[in-house]
Amino acid sequence: MDDRHDEVHGELARVVREHAGRLTACLVRVLGDFAAAEDVVADAVETALRRWPEDGIPDHPDAWLLTVARRRGIDTLRRQAAYRDKLAALRWPPQPDPDDRLKLIFTCCHPALPREAQIALTLRTVCGLTTAQIAAAFVTGEANIAQRITRAKRKITDAGIPYRIPPDDELPERLDQVLSVIYLLFNEGYLSSGGDRPHAATLAGDAEWLAAQLAWLMPRQPEVLGLLALIRLHQARAAARFTAEGALVLLRDQDRTRWDRPAIAQAVTLLERAAAARRPGPYQLQAAIVACHAEAEAWEDTDWPQIAVLYDMLLGLAPSPIHRLHRAIAVRYARGPATALAALDELTPPERRALERYPLYHATRAELLRGLGDAEGAHAADRRALELATNPAQQALLQDRLGRPLV
Amino acid sequence: MKFVLLFMETEEFARELEAMNEAERQAAFERVGQWFAEHAAEITHHAHLRPAETATTMRLTGGEAIVTDGPFVEGKEVVSGYAEIEVADLDQALAIARSWPACPLVEIRPID
Repeated sequence: MDDRHDEVHGELARVVREHAGRLTACLVRVLGDFAAAEDVVADAVETALRRWPEDGIPDHPDAWLLTVARRRGIDTLRRQAAYRDKLAALRWPPQPDPDDRLKLIFTCCHPALPREAQIALTLRTVCGLTTAQIAAAFVTGEANIAQRITRAKRKITDAGIPYRIPPDDELPERLDQVLSVIYLLFNEGYLSSGGDRPHAATLAGDAEWLAAQLAWLMPRQPEVLGLLALIRLHQARAAARFTAEGALVLLRDQDRTRWDRPAIAQAVTLLERAAAARRPGPYQLQAAIVACHAEAEAWEDTDWPQIAVLYDMLLGLAPSPIHRLHRAIAVRYARGPATALAALDELTPPERRALERYPLYHATRAELLRGLGDAEGAHAADRRALELATNPAQQALLQDRLGRPLV
Repeated sequence: MKFVLLFMETEEFARELEAMNEAERQAAFERVGQWFAEHAAEITHHAHLRPAETATTMRLTGGEAIVTDGPFVEGKEVVSGYAEIEVADLDQALAIARSWPACPLVEIRPID
């Protein structure tokens, strides 16, 4: 694929993303059937991706998509007279109702659906990705993704999963599900981009877009703003994460002049808006931690004591072995390697078992041991990290470290 | 929409019940009774099953009926009862199941 082709496709994907979710949401309302609406929009999206590269993007992409969806829908729903008549009566522009898209998001991320299906369904119905695009991003077969989506849609209908915004007493829990789907999507894209998965980077962009839509739809939810700020703080520094050859660059070694300072400042403003609600949550705290890094002019300026405090707060709200590991890293710079190693020694057995499989745990221990003059222990820990690392960029970095002389 | 809530007991729950004194057990039963009373409008039918050791399983394969002692799966979790409810959607079924005060496992299944 050449660059020009990629560019056209990127532009098409962005236009589709802006309109497909709204159209699906509107059709679910009109037809009263999630699966049927999803089908006709997915079909219209496939048609658009075939036609637009040749005919050009229409002036009103939403009107174009609606026309095709309506026409194709009337054909495919031939036997279902009720749907067909409703579709035929539909005119552009359809009544926009922002609540409809929220319903769509909450239905796709319903906890009765398996997590992988939530992700695939959200990408297809809310972001307008085709099955082929999702399969490419996750390096899996198209048939696999298609089956996941078909099963999920069947379950929505058969198990009676409602199409609505959850009531207030269920909202925090359900919103949490939605936020974790978006965050997982972001991580999948962010962590695997630059490796052998050129499509993964677009997932990070889709996740940012989803978070932005959600923030627009639910501006009073501080955790939604927190997640958006977190994603944007990462995205603002993405350019400095890899060398031209695709090798991973550690935070300490990154060229901070390549960070997008205005974008960082905007994300921090967003985070301050979230914090004004005085309802701290895991995403706001993680964003605050990333902001400490992003706002430092140089590695040496990083406010490590503040980061350690934020990790303590995060652990209070969302205990997790990974956060404990990251806290230990902050403690290392705030109070030295001995204190940090002691913090790692305080892990509970289940936490340690979880981290033993995690390359960063061993790489961190290696750093701490090296800081304390234990070159051999450090070397062994680095070797263990390399055995566990799956990301090619991470592997290259560890290999480089292992290749250096022990002293 | 009709759903069945399948209540499942676990070994741990059975032990907890065993460890209760008479007053505690009475209170636990009362909580269950209260739950049924609160959801009387949605519950169309319900039953408590006798213990798993009273179950008999028949396997009908190859034209042969093989009768064995015990429930169809030998596991740590056994179905101990069910309630049929009539509600609008899965979320309402989940809301009712959420307030269930007894055994720790409930399967929610729509019925035709």
